[in-house]
Order: sequence, then C-alpha cells, then structure tokens
Amino acid sequence: MSRYAPQLINLFATLILLLSFAMISQRRIVSLINLFMMQGAALVAASFLLGYVTHQPELYVSGALTLVLKVFFIPWMLHRIIRKLNVRWDVETLLNIPTTMLVGIALVIFAFSLVLPISRLSHSIAGGSLGIALACVLLSFMMMIVRSKAIPQVIGFLSMENGLIFAATTVTNGMPMIVEFGIALDVLVGVLILGVFMFQIREKFDSLDIHNLEMLKDE
Amino acid sequence: MSALGVVSQLLALLTALLLAPLLSGWVSQCRHWLQNKSGPGLMQPYRMLHKLFNKESVMAEHASPLFRFAPYVIFGCMALASAIVPTLSTDLPLSPAADAIALVGLFALARVFISLAAMDVGTAFGSLGARREMLVGFLAEPALLMVLFCASMISRSTSLTTMVETLAHRDLAIYPSLLLTGVAFTMVSLAENARVPVDNPDTHLELTMIHEALILEYSARHLALLEWAASLKLFAYSCIGLAIFFPWGVAEANSPLALLLALPVLVFKLALGGVTLAVIETASAKMRIFRVPEFLGTAFLLAVIGLLVNVLLGVG
Repeated sequence: MSRYAPQLINLFATLILLLSFAMISQRRIVSLINLFMMQGAALVAASFLLGYVTHQPELYVSGALTLVLKVFFIPWMLHRIIRKLNVRWDVETLLNIPTTMLVGIALVIFAFSLVLPISRLSHSIAGGSLGIALACVLLSFMMMIVRSKAIPQVIGFLSMENGLIFAATTVTNGMPMIVEFGIALDVLVGVLILGVFMFQIREKFDSLDIHNLEMLKDE
Repeated sequence: MSALGVVSQLLALLTALLLAPLLSGWVSQCRHWLQNKSGPGLMQPYRMLHKLFNKESVMAEHASPLFRFAPYVIFGCMALASAIVPTLSTDLPLSPAADAIALVGLFALARVFISLAAMDVGTAFGSLGARREMLVGFLAEPALLMVLFCASMISRSTSLTTMVETLAHRDLAIYPSLLLTGVAFTMVSLAENARVPVDNPDTHLELTMIHEALILEYSARHLALLEWAASLKLFAYSCIGLAIFFPWGVAEANSPLALLLALPVLVFKLALGGVTLAVIETASAKMRIFRVPEFLGTAFLLAVIGLLVNVLLGVG
C-alpha cells in the first residue's frame, strides 16, 4: 500500500489539475458546480491517503473539513443560489475557450518550471505535486479574470483555495490545525457573503454580469 | 525472418481482417441494446461486405483513375496499420518496420487519398466531406502524436513494440500522465473513427456527415473495401489504445501457439472496449461541426499536459 501511495497521490494531483482545466473549458454553471464538487472530492481523497501514509491524524480532520464544506455544503448552497436566481444559462467567457486553454498551458509550464528546482529540495512524500498545486492556483486565478459572471468567479475563488490547501497538504503534510480551521471559516463566510452579494447585484442590475459594476452611478 | 515469423505475422493480419468487422458489429449491437432496440446482429457487417462484393460496381462518368485506385490504397494502409500495431504479439516480422510516427503517417496517407477521391468526382457532398475530414484530421493528428510521445517518454522509444513490452513488464505502477493521455486518446479516436460527438456512423442523411459524405460516390466492391478499411481503422485504434493503456496479455514470442493463447485476451479486451465506446456514443450528443476544433484542441492540450506531468513527476 505504502509503495503505491506516492503514485496514488500523484494520480489525485493530476485529477485535480484535469478538473481545473475542465472547469476553465466549461460553459454551463450547473456542470461547473459539479466539477468543483469532484475537485473537492479528489482533494479529500488525497488528504486521507496522505494522512494514512504519514500517520498524521490532523490530515483526517482537514480532509473531513474539506469533505463537509467543499463537497457537500458549498455545492449545495451554490445549487440553491442558481435555482433561486434562475441562472442556469450558458456562461460567457471574455476570451474564447481554445485561447483560454492555451494560456492555461502556458501557466502550467510556468508553474512546473518554477517548482522543479524547489521540489527537489522537498523531502515530503508528494513533493512533486507542488507544481500541480501551483498550476491549479494560477488556473483558478485566470478563471476569475476571464469569467464575467459572478458565480463562476466565486467558483474560481473556491477552486483556488482547493489548490492552496492541496499545496499545503502535499508539501508540509498539512498546516497547523488552527490555520486550517481559520481558512475553512473564512471560505464559508466568504461564500455566504458572496451569495448575498449575488442577490444584491442581481436586484440592482437584473443580471449577474459584474461589468455592470464598472459603471459609476453619476457619470 | 523465419518461416514461423511469417506464419505468425499472417495469423495476426488474418485476425485483424476477420475481427475488425466483428468489432464494428459488436459496437453497433451494443448501441442498439442501449437504445432499447433489437439491433441488426453481430454478423451484419459480414453480410454487408458479402452483398457489396457480389454487386456490379458503378462509376461516375468523369471519375479519374485515382477514384478507382483509392479504395485499394486506403484498404492497404489500414491493413498494414493493423499488422504493425502489436495486437497479438510484440515479436512479429513487420513490427520493427514502422514506429509510432510512421503509423500516424500511414493514417494520414489514407486520409489524403480518401479526400482526393471524394473531391475527384466533383459532387458537392464529396468536397464538403473532404474539407471536413481534413479539418478533423489536421487537429487530431498532433493530438495522437502527443499521446504516443507520452507513452514513448515512459518507455524511451517510439517503437510500438518496445512501448508495449516496457509498459507490460513493469511492476504495477500508476502513471498520472497516462490518465491525461488516456482521456486525450479517447477523444482523438472518437473523432478519427467518425463516432458520435463528431460524426454519426449510422446515417448518411445528415448534412453534418463526414465519413459518409466521403464514400457517397462509391458502390459495390469499392464501397466494401472502404467500409472494411473503416472497421480496420477502428480495430487499429482500439488496439493502439489497448497496447498503450492495457498492455497485459500480449504475447511476446512469435510462435503461432502463443498467438492463439493471446487471442482470447484480445477479444475480451476489445469486447470491453466496444461496450465502452457504445456507452460513450449513447451518452453524448453530436456536436456542431464548428465545435469540433475546440473538442480536438482540448484533446491536444490534455496530451501536452500529460507530457508536462510526466516531466514534473518523473518516470515511475
């Protein structure tokens, strides 16, 4: 089992990267939420596995926290929000999708080449996955930049947080518990507030396109 | 080259020629079952080939020799391709003749000829189909090459037999890069074999057809050869996929007996692959032709990421 553990963790890392790309190329909001849920599940699996291999019970707690929040609660809430806002339409992207994917590839190459010398220094069991985690963070950044609707941006933010947690888990075998709880609470509150924002934006402009926010009131 | 080698090579080729229509029939049968229809039966492709070979061929008046000649070239390409791909054994006389890149070239040659032949007669559908075939082809080829390169990075050789031997002989290791390239390869083979998200193999009544538009002008034995070549292409692609991603069970000796032992394994793997293909085809809707570049671009990018992951995480 422990022989295959690093390979399995690498596999989950690749799965997370694959899902990041799937999220970039996904136009529909409903599928986007489902993809986000799957990414959370892959993260949970990686945390549990790493916890089992390195005998660190904190990682179980961190994994369970991710499971409850990112696999069950937040997707459920996002589903509820899009049902209430009645926005199951196609997402528009600023750049077209092939261009976005090409930029994504460039980001992945950048992240990998940046991390390659660092990961040689790491003694962690899954140090090689740091590049993938960094790539996920950058991809989510890009997703937040290119998407013009509010909900995909929120999902990009959450997915970036997935990448960060994954980086922390693989490189240092988990952050201190108190930090972990803090981040989880931050994300939860963030999503709740953003949910309220979405309703407000919608009420003001009849649309979730945040470009409306660029116009000043007295122009 | 020993006599035994020649016999095994012929056996492998014969298996490909005979199994290919059966695979097409099996996929179509599974699709029908999934759609709650009774289906034409497994033997339908053979019956169709038999019928077509016994008919009189009708040619367009202005057809050039190229039009007459093309089906034989295409059939030859596909038969050679399925002889090169290590289906039953890795130790066949023809295997070292071509590596993965030459194999992709072989598919490209067939594509050029079928497109030229389709444009030759000058019907609207022919040139339309040829243009679309080229659109799909020029995007699918680099993606396929990237998939094969990823496997050759792991096995450090572009020869298909070395790939299979290396991949089958390692201890069970999980290659994350193969996960990405596996997805990419599935997408490429769907597009290359005119399967549902890109083309519909069942109908020639749609304006969106690709494969059927190319062979619209052919009849009788020429059509039979082209249909057979299409089955062989599906067979060759399935075998490439099985060779790279599920290489276990391929014989590594060139004795006919070992080949016969490898045959049930191959049939079993192909049957499973056929079911998977039918499920994918039933579950997905045909996409607009202008979405195809996006689809294949995604496949290419996935394969490239596979290569990158391979570099980052190291081999093994």
